[in-house]
Amino acid sequence: MAGAAITATGLTKWFGEGDARTLAVAGVSFEANFGEMLFLVGPSGSGKTTLLSMISGVLRPNEGRVVVAGLDVWSLDDNQRADFRLHKVGFVFQDYHLFPRLTTTENVAIPLILRRHAWSEAMAQARGELDVVGLASRAEIAPGKLSGGEQQRVAIARALITRPEILIFDEPTASLDGDTGKRIMSFVVEHVLNEHRCILIVSHDERIFSFADRVMRMEDGHVVATERGAHA
Amino acid sequence: MRGLLRIAYKLLTNERGKFIALLMGIAFAVFLMVMMRAVFSGILRQSAATVTNTGAKMWVMDPAVNNVLTSIPVPDYVLDAVRSTPGVRSAVPLYSGAGLVRLSDGTYQPATLIGLDDTTLLGRPKLVEGHIEDLFADDAVIVVRDGEYPKLNSPGIGTTFELNDRRAVVVGIAETPASGLFGLPTLYTTFNRATSYIPSPRFTISYVLVEPTGPAAVPGIQRAIADLGYLALTEKQFSDRIADFYKYKTGVGTNILIMMVISFVVGLSISAQTFYTFVLEHLERFGALKAIGAHSRDLVFMIVFQVGVSSFAGYGLGVGLCSLLIMIAKARLPSYVSIITFGNLLFALAATIVIAVVSSYLGIRRVLRIEPFEIFRA
Repeated sequence: MAGAAITATGLTKWFGEGDARTLAVAGVSFEANFGEMLFLVGPSGSGKTTLLSMISGVLRPNEGRVVVAGLDVWSLDDNQRADFRLHKVGFVFQDYHLFPRLTTTENVAIPLILRRHAWSEAMAQARGELDVVGLASRAEIAPGKLSGGEQQRVAIARALITRPEILIFDEPTASLDGDTGKRIMSFVVEHVLNEHRCILIVSHDERIFSFADRVMRMEDGHVVATERGAHA
Repeated sequence: MRGLLRIAYKLLTNERGKFIALLMGIAFAVFLMVMMRAVFSGILRQSAATVTNTGAKMWVMDPAVNNVLTSIPVPDYVLDAVRSTPGVRSAVPLYSGAGLVRLSDGTYQPATLIGLDDTTLLGRPKLVEGHIEDLFADDAVIVVRDGEYPKLNSPGIGTTFELNDRRAVVVGIAETPASGLFGLPTLYTTFNRATSYIPSPRFTISYVLVEPTGPAAVPGIQRAIADLGYLALTEKQFSDRIADFYKYKTGVGTNILIMMVISFVVGLSISAQTFYTFVLEHLERFGALKAIGAHSRDLVFMIVFQVGVSSFAGYGLGVGLCSLLIMIAKARLPSYVSIITFGNLLFALAATIVIAVVSSYLGIRRVLRIEPFEIFRA
């Protein structure tokens, strides 16, 4: 698939009003393409998570527009935007947010359940996805019994199960040691990234920047530099 | 949707401690509410035992009567007046009073004495031993075999004892649908013998039992009796009047109501608090579901389903527990009467639904407020 996966134009977000107004993202514009892994990096408070949230349709910008996989995200109503996230976007959260009382298979199947797939079909597909991330043998245990790296892979399997065009990772290696982080990123590059998918990663972790196609550096709500990554 | 509800069910039941706390909170509240009303229903049934057991279609009495045992004797002319009222097929007197039985071991036992019309024996109980015509023999009485029967040393046919210092001979053993409220054994005899056993005031008729020509005649009879200065009630109206007396004029009803309100509030507090804590603990994950693409209505369905499962399981548990306790009590105490009526079950169900609605409302409000953006900021 060719062309732009994400087109952001003048995205601006502030919090509070009057004297308490804080500018989080200031008129950011960029494009990300299918087949590309784009890193958003920068110090805490630079606006990268806010930008990520606006792109993924969970935080409304005050100004600007973002088109993701051909959809003008903020022209959709709440239900359409929920459907957009469910069908077009996969999320891997920093703390994984797996349900500790469900099995890993059930956790992975959740997006399919939300899409009203039959239980048995969702479970079969989830087991297949766990196989892809190398956790077939851990399918029926609770996530709490898995290591951090394994939980991360369960979260990736959950994000991948709907075959999303956009995949969003929020600090994917923040809770992992260096080696595990690198192994996860290698896995992402080899098995997750493809020409039909764009991956957006927010990270502080410079050790994994080498996996990026492009690195966008943010400071004080502005994009201050865009560099080609080592993987490009 | 079924898959989503299955996830909701697993989330709820896999959290065993909270699920059990939720169940117990609701079950405890339902148990107390149903039990209180069951006990009260039992009291009301017992309070109207004479009315139920006699089975007369209409009762004529002094307007001040509100409890069958505290009858106010009516003059004999009332019986004649009732008999001549249009719509009355027949009317007979009934005596109701209390006597003191001296048992063979020398101890005394108060007993309720019912005097049936000497000619018709209208209102007679169902005999399980003996023959009804033996009641016309000298000093004959019939004993009711109910929970109070052992208080008379479980007499058999032919047993004699003293009733208010006069000889009484048991000629029959009867069973009645209901026992009296005050724990007294019941004896039946004829009207004239009853009035001779018990020292009587000027008037001896406690009630006049009426057989109307048909249901259509009842309002006319009631109007005519009211013109006489007396009160004519159907069996149901009299039972309701007695029930109202205990509900509103003795404090029993108020106390039962207070206990039920307390049970409801306790159940509501435990359930609402436990479920709200459950939602708070899963708030981030509900936020994650929202971020992934769950619609608000999906989350609402999940919460309503979780509360619904807990509430109805708790309701069933509470009712089951209550039934079990009543069953055990009845097996051990023959005179124990508690009745779970459909009204009682519906009332507890309504209270459970209120508990469920309040509990889920608190959870839903919290979940709908969470912004998926918060998940990224975590």
